[in-house]
Amino acid sequence: MKAVVTVTGKDNVGIIAKVSVACAEKGANILDIAQSVLGDYFAMIMLVDVNYLDIPFVDFVDVLTALGNQHNLRIDTMHEDIFNSMHRI
Amino acid sequence: MLNTSDILETIQMIRQDCLDVRTITMGISLLDVAGGADSAGCISNRIYDKITQKAEHLVATGEQIEKEYGIPIIHKRVSVTPLSLVGGSLDQDGYVEIAKAMQRAADTTGVNFIGGFSTLVHKGIARGDAALMEAIPEALASTHNVCSSVNVGTTRAGINMDAVNICGNIIKQLAVLTEKQDCIGCAKFVVFSNVPEDNPFMAGAFHGVGEPECVINVGVSGPGVVRNAVEKHPDADLSQLADVIKKTAFKVTRMGQLVATEASKRLQVPFGIVDLSLAPTPAVGDSVAHILEGMGVERCGAPGTTAALAMLNDAVKKGGAMASSHVGGLSGAFIPISEDQGMIDAVNCGALSLEKLEAMTCVCSVGLDMIVIPGDIPVTTIAGIIADEAAIGMINNKTTAVRLIPAIGKKVGDMVEFGGLLGYAPVMAVNSFSSKKFVLRGGRIPAPIHSLRN
Repeated sequence: MKAVVTVTGKDNVGIIAKVSVACAEKGANILDIAQSVLGDYFAMIMLVDVNYLDIPFVDFVDVLTALGNQHNLRIDTMHEDIFNSMHRI
Repeated sequence: MLNTSDILETIQMIRQDCLDVRTITMGISLLDVAGGADSAGCISNRIYDKITQKAEHLVATGEQIEKEYGIPIIHKRVSVTPLSLVGGSLDQDGYVEIAKAMQRAADTTGVNFIGGFSTLVHKGIARGDAALMEAIPEALASTHNVCSSVNVGTTRAGINMDAVNICGNIIKQLAVLTEKQDCIGCAKFVVFSNVPEDNPFMAGAFHGVGEPECVINVGVSGPGVVRNAVEKHPDADLSQLADVIKKTAFKVTRMGQLVATEASKRLQVPFGIVDLSLAPTPAVGDSVAHILEGMGVERCGAPGTTAALAMLNDAVKKGGAMASSHVGGLSGAFIPISEDQGMIDAVNCGALSLEKLEAMTCVCSVGLDMIVIPGDIPVTTIAGIIADEAAIGMINNKTTAVRLIPAIGKKVGDMVEFGGLLGYAPVMAVNSFSSKKFVLRGGRIPAPIHSLRN
């Protein structure tokens, strides 16, 4: 199973590092990253493999949401099928 | 990898445009626990046991899907076989006891609503139907989450005006019994013509006799998403705009289909249908009226509104039909007053009247919904409004419904507050001329000629 992690918010130092560390700690393997900064607005989208998580996926969602809240970022972690079903026929 | 703009579009739909799955509704057949000559207590226990067993994991599963997919699933609900078919030889008090058992089942399972305190009397009223209808006011006044419906007409059978008159009375009694709670009882009761058997939306959901033992039906929402898409195309002509709406409806429905399939798999219950209805909420931005205004009418209710609504409703169905393997339920834009901020504003500024709403119901589902009228309106006028709406459904071969709230002690312009998804609404003016002599004739309005299709 793969999940899409979307991080948005005001740009600051080390956002990718923080999210990557959290993923690594919980056993989520990062497969792909796309990120851009528009003005001072940061947006990153990561595709992660969550088959070998140390914790249930729903708890992983909470971990990243909490991380986002700590750093004034919005982090959405969603099963990739939601995007596949909405945007691919 | 997935397209970045697609991902951000989905996130925006959910975070900013209030995209959600309105309800996962589990339909449960109660035919195998039907009553015969058993006592009310005995039947109630069997109903409670069956509902709590079948729906044991419904809420937890819904919450898990919500978390994993990041899609809000607002309600988890249960619908059951129309209870007039289950109650056997029960009297009025017996049916009230059953309603209380349904409430206990709702409390135990944690579902938001339970529907099916219902009966179908479009051609005539059997003994059990009469007992259930007599019990509706007390049943709904003494419970919180139980919903009730009565079908008074079909295209094939015509309209049962005796039942229409009884329903007028039920609505008035419900208002009186729940006067202290802003007449909330009326919000849990709906009168149908051509009622669908697989509707996941309340207050009209029940589990029809053609349905399987247990089934999962899903109702999506998404007026905010459609409004946003429409507003991004201010200069498009109506052909282009219809395409925009279709594409948006497709995406919204695919999400509903995904949730339905997943819920069905996890609960090991067959998937029934996705209901394509655009269901508004009082939240800012989640309004069907605002879509119509985005299409170009100055205020919902202005000339052109019915045409805009017809196009919207049709485009939503066209887009949604391809996105789901089975479409059913009501599948049409809802135009409730209290649950839609744009509708509330349109009434308050004088743009929208009861008569215009009636015209709008000719081209969309599901009828005159959550409309607050003065509490001193005669029962026969309420019956007249029901009859008008049922006739629109009967003649046009579509579902129509009436959910009116006579606000006891309130006059036109006063506000009534229901809270939650039910919202709030201003009291609307009703034509003061009488329909008494017509409705009290009783009997049945014969089925229209196009019922003879065989």
